[in-house]
Amino acid sequence: MSNTIISLKDIVVEFDGQRVLEGLNLDIHDKEFVTFLGPSGCGKTTTLRIIGGFVDPKEGDVFFEGRRINDLPPHKRHVNTVFQRYALFPHLDVFENIAFGLRIQKKPESEVKERVSEMLALVNLKGYEKRNVNLLSGGQQQRVAIARALVNHPRVLLLDEPLGALDLKLRKEMQIELKRIQKSTGITFIYVTHDQEEALTMSDTVVVMNDGDIQQIGTPEDIYNEPKNAFVADFIGESNIIDGIMLRDCFVEFAGAQFDCVDKGFAPNEPVDVVVRPEDVKVVPEEQGQLTGMVESVTFKGVHFEMSVTVYGQEWLIHSTQSQEVGSVIGMQLYPEDIHIMKKMEESL
Amino acid sequence: MKTKYSSLFTLPYLIWSLIFIIVPMGLVVVFAFTTESGQFTLDYVSQVGEYTNVLVRSVWLAAIATVICLVIGYPLAFIMSRMPGFQQQTMLMLIMLPMWMNFLLRTYAWMTILEKNGLLNKLLGLIGLGPFDMINTQGAVVLGMVYNYLPFMILPLYSIMTKIDNRTIEAAQDLGANTKNVFLRIVIPMSVPGISTGITMVFVPSVSTFIISRMLGGGGNLLIGDLIDLQFLGNAYNPHLGSAISLVLMVLILLCMSLLNQFNGDEEREGMLL
Repeated sequence: MSNTIISLKDIVVEFDGQRVLEGLNLDIHDKEFVTFLGPSGCGKTTTLRIIGGFVDPKEGDVFFEGRRINDLPPHKRHVNTVFQRYALFPHLDVFENIAFGLRIQKKPESEVKERVSEMLALVNLKGYEKRNVNLLSGGQQQRVAIARALVNHPRVLLLDEPLGALDLKLRKEMQIELKRIQKSTGITFIYVTHDQEEALTMSDTVVVMNDGDIQQIGTPEDIYNEPKNAFVADFIGESNIIDGIMLRDCFVEFAGAQFDCVDKGFAPNEPVDVVVRPEDVKVVPEEQGQLTGMVESVTFKGVHFEMSVTVYGQEWLIHSTQSQEVGSVIGMQLYPEDIHIMKKMEESL
Repeated sequence: MKTKYSSLFTLPYLIWSLIFIIVPMGLVVVFAFTTESGQFTLDYVSQVGEYTNVLVRSVWLAAIATVICLVIGYPLAFIMSRMPGFQQQTMLMLIMLPMWMNFLLRTYAWMTILEKNGLLNKLLGLIGLGPFDMINTQGAVVLGMVYNYLPFMILPLYSIMTKIDNRTIEAAQDLGANTKNVFLRIVIPMSVPGISTGITMVFVPSVSTFIISRMLGGGGNLLIGDLIDLQFLGNAYNPHLGSAISLVLMVLILLCMSLLNQFNGDEEREGMLL
């Protein structure tokens, strides 16, 4: 996990004078499953395309195992891509799609056969050799695209929102499948998605991006439990973000009440963002609550009820396994470790 | 209901093709195999054999013109298909523009350019070259064919190439294909339907043209089209022989086209309709 395979240094990208990436720095470790996560337009696909060689950064360097590869064209990089909506070759059958890279390298027929069938086995498509790729289902096309990229034994596989076009159930299956393939091949996967759940499920490392910049890098647990700023907190799962004032270390005031918390290192009376996850709010009878609020609406979500509660003039989202009556007043309790304090972001989102 | 309506709508086209396509073709066949008095004969069809050299010349020149059109048109169509939308429209416009002018006029213009005392020889004279004999040569005929029919090569190629997604090309590059391989393995195989349509649309009118050869080829480069023209409108008036030559030409074109289709897989045949 420790050796860096790809390294991006001060990358700047502009399209038509508009900055897409501003001074991005990132190290990617060997054999890792890394996910670039962010809303559309945050620069995650652009970053992927820089590694693939399809976008030339205006400034900055791209290193592959310590070698600068800025000027290396895509076909000379030890990196393969699974494209958004697959981009299979419509004039070739499944076998020839997967064999494409090997044919380019003029591998002997016996080796082509062996490696393609090995790939077909890996992606569970045995027996599909002669099928027309245009007539395959989305999930099958997806598998062909993965096999086609992996047959070259790349050091790094880039995946650009590969599951975006699949239905929910298939997507879940493919998530597990991809993770299995990554583990069994030991290839570094760099995965782009805007789906936070996907990112948390599969990744070893998540890179949260917004506005052409990295917001946070960490394990899924870190990112979920210790979001660095309000953007990350809001993007990864649902959050209530409340204006607060850090009275002193481990003591914060927000929503008209004062709470113990576990964060420190802020200036006395510094304005901060307070992030509370909806599932961390404990609903109690009104008189026992540290906070009280009026229930505005209740939605059944399967595992839990999602409630919108007005607390001190602000709407809060609360998850609870028990439904409350709309219009009733409830009490709420928060544990100190569930109160996340973040520095105020310069710009409001 | 649906079938009733659709058959109603196809009726005018059926009548049209009956009157203007099926009947005339039938007449050509009838004329080719009958004498003036209406008796069956194979004389005229066998007479066509005397013009083998003209037939061969026609096919040969048309083939050269088609190949040149393909060589010029293919890269142009590809470059066009990769341009931004607005530039694509402009280029299409420029390619279509000459077609707004009368065919005769355009060909006539080439006469004045290629003449012994024409524009080109004068220009070459300025730098001490020539004069060259350019008009009334086979080269001039081929030039006329290429000039007039090039758009018919470019348009089907362009239309099929706009359907090649840039990501398909990127995917090939990603898998290790350099520019040569991208063309050999992706662009060319995927544009086969456009190539065969383009070839058909240039070859067929080229092989049967008579104006171009008459204006640019002089008397010495008679083509099959001129021969047919002579039989119907010229001094040699003989519609029966003319029909026989037409029939042979038709069979020849059909043969060429079916040969071309052999190279086209079955699945690509629908592209012929483009």
